[in-house]
Amino acid sequence: MDPLQIAKMVEEKFAGQVLDTTTYAGQVSIMVKKDLIRDICLYLKDDPSLKMDHLADLTAVDYSTYPGDTGLRFEVVYNLISIEYRHRIRLKVRVPEEDPRVDTVSSIWQTANWHERETFDLMGIKFDGHPDLRRILLPEDWEGHPLRKEYPLKGY
Amino acid sequence: MSASSTKEIVQKEITLNMGPQHPATHGVLRLVLDLQGETVVGCDARPGYLHRGIEKWMESRTYHQIIPMTDRLEYITCMNNNLGYVVAVEKLANIEVPERAQFIRTLMAELTRLSGHLVWLGTHALDIGAMTVCMYTLREREFILDLTEMVTGARQTVSYVRIGGVRNDIPRDFFDKCREFTEIFPKRLEEYDTLIRENRIWLQRTVGIGVFSAADAVNYGLTGGTLRGSGVNYDLRKVEPYAAYDKVDFDVPLGKNGDVYDRYIVRINEMRQSVRIIKQCLDMMPSGPVVTPDPRYAIPEKMNVMKSMESLAHQFVLMSKWVPMPKGEVYVATEAPKGELGFYIVSDGSGRPYRIKIRAPSYVHVSALAKMVTGHMVADVISCIGTIDIVLGEVDR
Repeated sequence: MDPLQIAKMVEEKFAGQVLDTTTYAGQVSIMVKKDLIRDICLYLKDDPSLKMDHLADLTAVDYSTYPGDTGLRFEVVYNLISIEYRHRIRLKVRVPEEDPRVDTVSSIWQTANWHERETFDLMGIKFDGHPDLRRILLPEDWEGHPLRKEYPLKGY
Repeated sequence: MSASSTKEIVQKEITLNMGPQHPATHGVLRLVLDLQGETVVGCDARPGYLHRGIEKWMESRTYHQIIPMTDRLEYITCMNNNLGYVVAVEKLANIEVPERAQFIRTLMAELTRLSGHLVWLGTHALDIGAMTVCMYTLREREFILDLTEMVTGARQTVSYVRIGGVRNDIPRDFFDKCREFTEIFPKRLEEYDTLIRENRIWLQRTVGIGVFSAADAVNYGLTGGTLRGSGVNYDLRKVEPYAAYDKVDFDVPLGKNGDVYDRYIVRINEMRQSVRIIKQCLDMMPSGPVVTPDPRYAIPEKMNVMKSMESLAHQFVLMSKWVPMPKGEVYVATEAPKGELGFYIVSDGSGRPYRIKIRAPSYVHVSALAKMVTGHMVADVISCIGTIDIVLGEVDR
């Protein structure tokens, strides 16, 4: 299915939740509000005409120093593909600096478990309802989140 | 009779720390195992001992300077990492790559895939107890490394693929040597296969171990041979062809039961397909340039840099700050020997990436290890680590 059509289906199903749909290099990203992210993911995974069963990647980007960006600071990014239909879509959610949290999707895709732990560890995003949100790559007593833009590159 | 012998025998769980220094964890992976007797009832994998902050580091390097850093992810098959990264950058900036370069990339990527699979086969068999196989596979890998050296000048960390092409054309005598390899290798591969395919010990250690159903495997995000062992047909060379994979013929081998044995069969068959691809690349190799004609991204030839001022200035700009890239973001995945290697690149319009996320197949595979080993014996943990084919440089990044 054409990814733009998937974006349209999500927009129709979840009225008012989709903030923006962008296309770059043939890849479609849907920016949604963070409240219903679990429902949207569940819909994308379970709808028989979509079947986005493979969560290829989950990560976060810190947009605080991005030129011209005025949105909320962090963006959580979900890259999805359907193994049967082979269509891709990218979901994006913005979360604020003061309270960077979003619902976990690890109950929908098991693979999200470690991706979310990594995002928590390196970027400091909290995933509500995650079964085991611990640091994973850095030591347990590490301070700070290295992938945030203000974190120094040298000095440790 | 003493009082102690009448006491009831109390069974309790013990916690066993495996690694980070353990020969069978293929690097510095630490597993905390909960054991009930010999049976694993819980497993907590603790990666991170090799974390170098590569993603953070990449944000301060130009797109060109990042290529050698990708070598250090999955250090057994560097060429595939170079390729995965460069394909993503080319998608970001819409760079066209000449056909000869595409075929060279395919050829080298498949040679490297063979070398990666040979290391997997050797160490996997070694872990389980079939020591002989390792001696032979490393001999063949040596041949591949010699071939790689002929083309790139390096044996392992090659940094050979360039944005818009490859660093240099392949030398003429490479073709004969590589053809010789494609003649010898299939026969040798049969020999290794005969050594273990029907070996009784091998069968006992691998059949029915670490079973993943197709649905579970997809849900856990497994990719590559680890996923195809469960019978799911998902190979990015077919799904989203890059380089010259849409121009060559090959099959995607699939397993059925999703156990260690099926994944072994899948990877052995993959090696046969790789040889097929290499032969076709040698036969179909087109002539022409090996870097893009687009002057923005093509690094000038060293000969010209020595002679002309313009080329010198051009090289200086490319090497010191690269060129402004278009604003945008892409996620591009390629089929590395271990599975889906994805690069998510966010560009802010400068010569350095704003953010790079590396979706490393090994990282995802380690996360599935707990499910794979629970309920099996401690000795089976070793075969499970072997079958998911991990490299810790990629897990920890």
